Order: sequence, then C-alpha cells, then structure tokens
Amino acid sequence: MTTVVTQQIVGPGELKRLSPRFWLARQTQLAIFWGPVFLASLVLALLVNVSAADLLPVVVALLACTAWLVERGRYRSWGYAEREDDLIVTRGLMFRHVSVVPYGRMQFIDVTAGPIDRAFGLATVQLHTAAAATDARIPGLVRADADALRDRLAMVGEAKATGL
Amino acid sequence: MSVMPPPLAPAVPQESGKMEVGEHWRRLHPLSPIVRFGRVLIGVIVVAVPSIAEQPALHHDNGLPVSVIIYIGLLVLGGVGGFISWLVTRWRIADGNLQIETGFIRRQSLRIPLARIQAVDVISPLSGRFLGLAEVRVVSAGRGAEHGRLAYLTAAQAPVVRARLLALAHGLEVGTPEPAALPLLHVQNGLLLPALLMRSQVLAPVLIAVAAVAAIAAAPLVGAGALGSAVTVFVISALGVARAFNEDFDFSISEAGDGVRLDRGLLQRRHETIPYGRIQAVRVVEPFFWRPFGWARLEVDVARQSVSREADRDAQQVARTLIPVASREQALWLLARVMPDAHPNPPPEAGPPSRARLKAPLSFHFLAAWFGQRYVYARTGRVQKSTIIVPLVKVQSVRLKSGPLQRAFRVATVDVDTAGRRWQASARCRDEAEALEMVRHISERARLSRRVPPPLPASAAALPAAG
Repeated sequence: MTTVVTQQIVGPGELKRLSPRFWLARQTQLAIFWGPVFLASLVLALLVNVSAADLLPVVVALLACTAWLVERGRYRSWGYAEREDDLIVTRGLMFRHVSVVPYGRMQFIDVTAGPIDRAFGLATVQLHTAAAATDARIPGLVRADADALRDRLAMVGEAKATGL
Repeated sequence: MSVMPPPLAPAVPQESGKMEVGEHWRRLHPLSPIVRFGRVLIGVIVVAVPSIAEQPALHHDNGLPVSVIIYIGLLVLGGVGGFISWLVTRWRIADGNLQIETGFIRRQSLRIPLARIQAVDVISPLSGRFLGLAEVRVVSAGRGAEHGRLAYLTAAQAPVVRARLLALAHGLEVGTPEPAALPLLHVQNGLLLPALLMRSQVLAPVLIAVAAVAAIAAAPLVGAGALGSAVTVFVISALGVARAFNEDFDFSISEAGDGVRLDRGLLQRRHETIPYGRIQAVRVVEPFFWRPFGWARLEVDVARQSVSREADRDAQQVARTLIPVASREQALWLLARVMPDAHPNPPPEAGPPSRARLKAPLSFHFLAAWFGQRYVYARTGRVQKSTIIVPLVKVQSVRLKSGPLQRAFRVATVDVDTAGRRWQASARCRDEAEALEMVRHISERARLSRRVPPPLPASAAALPAAG
C-alpha cells in the first residue's frame, strides 16, 4: 500500500528512502543477537545426546532468516516525503502506517542516535506535536542528512507555526 | 498603581472596598490549612478516637496513655506545619504575572504570565463552604502540570480575584467586571439521577442480578455465585453513580465572552470556564438505555501538556462533561453553540463498506466517518453510540493504519489526532482507497482552515423546547 500512497498522496519519486547504511546497521544488530544464539544452540546440539537437539540449530537458523526477512521488509517500508506544508512518513510491514504531520504543528524535533547508529554514522529524527499519538519518526538517516532535515523542519516549522 | 480605585465586582459590590487585590504581597486565608488538611484531620480522628477509647490504660490515673500523646503530638505537628506553610505562602499580581511563593525549606516561586492564562476556576470544597472559603485555580497554556492554585481565599474574594485575573489576561482595565454570562442550559437533578441510573454500566449488573435470581430457582449453586459477583459489581457502579451525581449536581452551563462556564457539584461546588479556543474535540454520547428517551450527553476534550504527574490527576477530572444529560435536540443545540455549523448526523455514504461487517461485527451498525468544511466526524460504538467531532483547525496530524486483518478486508483506519488527551477521531473500517482520499483531503482542509478559517453561518438558532 505504500506504493499506492506514493502515487496518491506523494508525487512519483518524491518519497525518500532510508540510507542503505541503515540496513547494514540493522543487519549488524541482527547478527549481534542471532549469532550468539545460533552458536549456543550449536554447542547445545553437540553436547546433548538427544536426537531432537540436532534440530535446534536448524530451527534457530530458520528463525534468524525470518527475522532477517521481516527486518528487510521493515527497512524497505520506511519512507518519507517533505511536501510543501507537511511531512509524510510511511512505515510498517504487517501493520502499515502513513502519518501526515503539518510543519505548522511541530512543537519540537529530536535527533537521537544509539550506539549502533553512531557506529554507522546514523541518526533518528523524531517529530513531536501537541498530540501524544503523533508518531512521525524517521530512523536511519545519515547524520549530516538528519541534521539538515532537522534544520529544514525547524525553519519551516517556525515559518508556519500555529497555536493549539 | 498604588492609589488604585477598588475593583468593582458585580457579585459583591458592597464589599469591594476592602478587597483590592493589588500589587503588594498577600497571604492566603488563615483558615486555609484547616481546609487543606481537613480530610487528613478527619481521617486521624476517625482512626484515633476508637483506638483510644479501646485502650484500657485510659481508665488508669497515671497520666495520659502513650497513644493519646502520640495522636496529640501528630495533630500539633500537623497544625504547626500547616501554620508555617500558610505563613510562608504569599501571592500577588504584578509585572504581568501572577506570582505565588511558597515553601519553608524548599522555596518555590511560581510565576504565571497573565497573558497565558486560559481559564480561572473557582472551586469550593465542602469544608471550605462551611468556613466561607474558596479556591481560585488558574489554568495556563503550556503548563498543564502546574496550575496556579490560590487555596484558599474568602468566598467573596475569590470571584473578585477571578474577575481581575481575567480582565488582566485579556488586557482590559483593572476594574473591568467579569463578562456577563448568558445562561444556556440547566440540568434538573430529577433528570440527572434517572439518567445516571440508566447507563448500561449500572443497568447491566442489575439485569445480571435479576437473571441470577431467576437462575437460583433452576440451579442454586451457579445462581448464587452469579448473584454474589453481580452484587459486587452493583456496589461499585452505585458508588460511581453517587460520585457522578455529586459532581454534576445542579449542573448549569452558561456562555460568556471567553468560553462556556460550568457550575456544578453537590458537596464541592465548581465554577469552571472552558475557553472556546481550548476545545480540541467534542463527543456526543448516546448510551443504549437512553435511546428510548432521546437523551444524549456532551463531553469535551481540552488541550493540555504532560499529564503524567500525580498532582494533575485532579485537574484531569476538570471540565470533561459539557452537559451530563439533555434531550438530543438540546444537546445538538448546545453543540452548535460550542462548535458552530457542526452536524453530527452522518450523510448516507459515511458508513463503512458492507464487507467490513465481518471485520467489526459488533460495531458495524454505528461506524461512520465523514468530514465537512470545518469538522471531521467519526462515529463508533457497540451498544453506546458516540460521535467525536474534531475541528479541522485543531488537527495535529493525520495517520492511516492498516493491519494484516484489515488488509484482508481491504479496509484501513484513519486517525485524526488533536492536542487533547482523551480521544482522537478514529475512522475505522474505511475502504482502502477512500481512506487514502480521507488522509489527503483532511490534511489539505486542515491546512487551509489553519490559514483562513471558513466563515461562519450567521444564523443562531433558538433553544429547542425541553424534551
């Protein structure tokens, strides 16, 4: 449905995708979790003398592959478009979300970066409005892009600010 | 401004000379600690008296028993603490601020810019009413968690302070009297009580109890169990009714220049103002058992910032009911006063596609969502019909959601967020393509209405006769 959105709300080509480095960062995250789990299951399968235990590494590997696929779908589902008066963010693989946040409604903008994000030079930009439910978040932007986006948003937000 | 003419208060003109609330620091009323800690005091007495009476040591002659000394010590400590807190608390209106200073060990100085004042409420708790005291509570923008509370002033002084704060907040002359309020509706207590009793959370346990009594004849064991749980639920809901009755007793709503005024309460009287600009959404609720009578309730959602703090829980309760019960015509008339040109009756094409009947079988009959030039409407509910109306001017963001099950039915949900905390207009089970259109149109219209609010129709209808 994100493609439908691209056609209906955002002009073709306007929807920006996340940096491929974000996908690398996510894969690293997956590897950090699933690598030790897989090794542990392998060790367990070798130590325990039960035939069913041999299946364990296979199951773990399948789970890891599923996680990898889901994560890839999620990565591909992210997208954002800066329109004239609002920002559109799409996300989600199973539960798809499309958020439209007018610049005039932005109260403040967060730029955050976790340890893995920092290692890859990435940052997350989050928009806050007066509504608690607003969930416009763009992860995995290259640090410089994130800062530039924040500055742009802050500028248009200032220009178009309206009260409650 | 030291030689200032005393402000003229319309309510108490004969006393206004004594009560100028000027630039110099003032203390609260000396009896304030008693009202503030009155509940604690009563609690201590309720606990202490029986426990002391049971003490066998009381009947001996060798001095007072230890527990009595402890209780008296606690009371003295509390009294001294209250007195000190009264002594160190002072307030004034100066430099465009309402300034409140308090705290003995940890000094706290609160400054509320008058220009940011959104509403000034006067609240008189029961004990305060006996002593002739009232609290002035200042609700200001951007500081949802920290209200300026002047607890307590004399009952005569409170409206004067209120009028003065409002006048200054609106940049008027100091002596400007409070804007006159035009009474809109008054709820008869004889109507309120049956209406509260007719709500399904009260009637359902009663029906369960009746069913249980019937079941006892057939299967005594099962019936008795059901009866027991029904009684429990019944007691809880009876308490709820008593609380709602206490809060909305003698409810009247009036309209002033700065917003709607609510006067309500049995034990604790509240005089509240809801500024029009602060209303984020209005909800029209028609509970199941009210429908034969054609009754409806109106609730508002107002803007506030963080509400996580414990202290704000009371403020969260403030002003959520616009009218506890009224005939549908009256409720709609009142709605038109608060949100001009709002029509909460869905157009025929506002319903969800018929395939959504399987997705939302229990609420399908009420689901509807539509939007006009000024408002977004979303109707939901399984047994209780509730329509949320959000002005496009107040829309903060628009979101589209679709989960796997929704995609199987080719439907999606469109959420329209406001700065209110209670609800968002949620258009459930819209056709996928239509949902996208809604997102596009609502955000576009919201953008336009932020720039140039659409003009109002000039006609103001008269109040329909009481139903």
